[in-house]
Amino acid sequence: MSQPAVWILIEQNDGVIADVSWELMGKGRELADDLGGEVAGILVGHNIKDQAKEAFYYGADKVYVIDDPTLEYYRTQAYAHAISDIAKKHKPEIFLMAATSLGRDLSGAIATPLGAGLTADCTVLEIDPETKLLHQTRPAFGGNIMATIYCQIARPQMASVRPRLLPIPERDEKRTGTVIEEKTSLQETDIKTRRVEFIPDEGATVNIEDAECVVAGGRGIGNADNLKVIEELANALGGTVGCSRPLVDAGILPHAHQVGMSGHTIRPKLYIGAGISGAIHHVVGMEGADLTIVINKDPDAALLRVADYGVVGNLFDIVPAITKEIKARKGA
Amino acid sequence: MRLVVCLKQVPDASEVKIDPIKGTMVRAGVPSIANPYDMHALEEALRLKDKYGARVSILTMGPPQATDVIKRAVSLGADDGVLLSDRAFAGSDTLATSYILAQAIRKMGEEEAIDVVFCGKMAIDGDTAQVGPGIGSRLDCAVTTYVVGVRSLDKDKKTVVVERRLERGVEVVEADMPVLLTVNKEANDIRYAALPALIESIKYEVPVWTAEDVQLDLAQCGLKGSPTQVKKIFPPPQKDIETVMVTDTISDPAQIAKLLVDKIEEAGMLA
Ligand SMILES: Cc1cc2nc3c(=O)[nH]c(=O)nc-3n(C[C@H](O)[C@H](O)[C@H](O)COP(=O)(O)OP(=O)(O)OC[C@H]3O[C@@H](n4cnc5c(N)ncnc54)[C@H](O)[C@@H]3O)c2cc1C
Ligand SMILES: Nc1ncnc2c1ncn2[C@@H]1O[C@H](COP(=O)(O)O)[C@@H](O)[C@H]1O
Repeated sequence: MSQPAVWILIEQNDGVIADVSWELMGKGRELADDLGGEVAGILVGHNIKDQAKEAFYYGADKVYVIDDPTLEYYRTQAYAHAISDIAKKHKPEIFLMAATSLGRDLSGAIATPLGAGLTADCTVLEIDPETKLLHQTRPAFGGNIMATIYCQIARPQMASVRPRLLPIPERDEKRTGTVIEEKTSLQETDIKTRRVEFIPDEGATVNIEDAECVVAGGRGIGNADNLKVIEELANALGGTVGCSRPLVDAGILPHAHQVGMSGHTIRPKLYIGAGISGAIHHVVGMEGADLTIVINKDPDAALLRVADYGVVGNLFDIVPAITKEIKARKGA
Repeated sequence: MRLVVCLKQVPDASEVKIDPIKGTMVRAGVPSIANPYDMHALEEALRLKDKYGARVSILTMGPPQATDVIKRAVSLGADDGVLLSDRAFAGSDTLATSYILAQAIRKMGEEEAIDVVFCGKMAIDGDTAQVGPGIGSRLDCAVTTYVVGVRSLDKDKKTVVVERRLERGVEVVEADMPVLLTVNKEANDIRYAALPALIESIKYEVPVWTAEDVQLDLAQCGLKGSPTQVKKIFPPPQKDIETVMVTDTISDPAQIAKLLVDKIEEAGMLA
């Protein structure tokens, strides 16, 4: 019997490989080592073959490449066909993708032809030492609960993982592996969707995921006018404004600012959270911060427990005081 | 033209509480609502109906009381709906759900061919966003996710042009019908029902289909048809970090700020 394979989707957008692919590659390596198996990257696109070797540097043993003009940009039907065909042929044990727009769409579309079990947005993935099954843990319904999901029989065991939840492994240019070229059976005329154009967002949009400093406000700020308290501190620090989901739902801030499971995962050097209770959905998005400061008037707020420095108090007293202190020091 | 909207009834997530001792969900008294994303999908379908003329049909899988969301849709302008309800469907994960919904859509299509199937981007109780693409694969039709607007529809050529929201921009896609679209909240603002329509909708008798009414392989439904199983449920682990409670020792905001800014400066964030 061949050894169990862990497959990682190498996500690329217009030929640029997304970092999350390497985050997953690191996890894939770990899982494969626990299983006594191999890690394979799946690289699909057009004129992308040359980039396959990058996957070896991050831990892959093999890369399956499907390089075809019909795969130039992501289309559900074209990608799902191509990838589920090779998965049927090589029968991976585990198949991981990023919980990005592309990864969510693709994972849902290929789980059905493969008859696979799929768990979205996992925060922990590990091999059970006894059963060798993949244990997939994610926050579940309603907030304050975690569920560990597994899949006894159906293969592959599929899961998606948020970008930036996992570290990128050390890049090692000495590693090598095998590139295996595969083909897709679909012709352009079989494909039922076509890109008309792509309108990139203007450069000025927030990219909270790469921010070094995030100052986040929650429902505790009360209303849109009070947001300025948060904005002033963010400005003083040269940081980015973040928020919890209720502010997005209330239309106070666009989704680009939302931190958490259905928002963005951030890994800033500094996170300041004010008026946020600390539901697990929010915490999974910010717990990678190096230094965490939390201000909440409720001493039992869960977010205080994940803070390095906690302040029990009114954010309208504390946050402006911090802003003032920063301005004073910077001015000096 | 025929449009089908997959509309799910979900517990209002913001109301769910966890029993702190047992670590289980307290669902009693939690109100049920129509999944917000699906309401935007419905609105998009109703706009096509207004513009091009179409029959809009609702498909819901859930317990008997889920007829509520179908009546709500009818009050807004949907023409009809069907509830899929059977004990055999209980415990379905996304794989089984997409199977059951796809089979029901096939059956609905026998009566009058379907041009567009609408789903929400995701259901707020699970946040998976898997069911839409799953149905699309099973129906082997065009799939376009994260739609924020339908630009145009050509009844003769049988194509639609839609805008999709992606991480770094908007993609404009032309798709052949039949097509499955999943819809984002930004797509539109949901209309309100007129009072007479609201009253009328209460009288609407929602047809209910059981497993027998739809051609279903029971081995692919419910718990039996769901490869994923829940191993355990537990309260989130508390991150084991030593929190310094600044307010245990200082109470003056200016003093608190001094201490915090010292720490921010030490972390090199004041440069
Ligand atoms: C499937 C799913 C996905 C979700 N995804 C996300 C996500 O990505 N991101 C996210 O954030 N949430 C998400 N949520 C919602 C999440 O469960 C919580 O409901 C949300 O994070 C709560 O936001 P909050 O802390 O701002 O509000 P609340 O829980 O209402 O907390 C407000 C806090 O402010 C404090 N406060 C009030 N006034 C003051 C004051 N003057 N000074 C100081 N403190 C004050 C209060 O003590 C309280 O702790 C999701 C939920 C579900 C079901
Ligand atoms: N039980 C259901 N009844 C009707 N539609 C559903 C059901 N479950 C999921 N859907 C549809 O599939 C979409 C995605 O659901 P999910 O994959 O669970 O996030 C929803 O927005 C609905 O449009």
